[in-house]
Amino acid sequence: MATLIIPTPLRKFTEGESIYTASASNVKELLVALYTSHDGIKKHLFDDEGELRSFIRVYLGDEDINELEGVNTKLEDRDEVSIIPAIAGGSK
Amino acid sequence: MNNQFLPLNVAESAMTEMRSHGEDAFPNECCGFFYGEETDSERIVTLAKRIENVKEGDQRRRFEISGKDYLAAERFAAREGLSLLGIYHSHPVHPAIPSEHDLAVAMPWFSYIIVSVEPTGVDHVRSWQLTPDREFAEERIVESK
Repeated sequence: MATLIIPTPLRKFTEGESIYTASASNVKELLVALYTSHDGIKKHLFDDEGELRSFIRVYLGDEDINELEGVNTKLEDRDEVSIIPAIAGGSK
Repeated sequence: MNNQFLPLNVAESAMTEMRSHGEDAFPNECCGFFYGEETDSERIVTLAKRIENVKEGDQRRRFEISGKDYLAAERFAAREGLSLLGIYHSHPVHPAIPSEHDLAVAMPWFSYIIVSVEPTGVDHVRSWQLTPDREFAEERIVESK
């Protein structure tokens, strides 16, 4: 089973739980398992084309999956995956 | 003022830290996280922590927090038994009103505190939260000792 760390702002969709676990062979499968079992969270992760939203990053351990194989990054038992919202902004 | 959100009760020490950071970073934007707990009646901010603004280029109108720093913030909250309640940043010589850039990447549930800073010091501080319609609405700040 892989472990997915839910960021605080999305825990209202997971009944307050910070950790979700599921069997998944890659990152995409893990994310799909999450949104299939938790209503309302999908639109915060994926856009209408099914692509990961630009302001959502996913880390495997301490590594950005964009530096690995993206959502196709393979997972092994006990891997820890984190959903990380991009935090940015500014006045103008 | 919108009252669909709980009041944000900010400890004096946390407010002082956010205001000081805004002044120290001036004329650039500062940023950081704040932590505490949420009860049935209020959000209580007990701690603010400065984070490096990693935005490349002109930081007078932009800020960015790295993914690694975000991950560390979540781990810190879990370790300390606190909730990561939101993000603060400063608007140098600009009102504490969220911009389109702030809105574009905003997450639900988080509180977004903005510190407006003038050359003479902090002018005002306001806090905002995303509505279900993906608009910002203001939440009331209560300062406590």
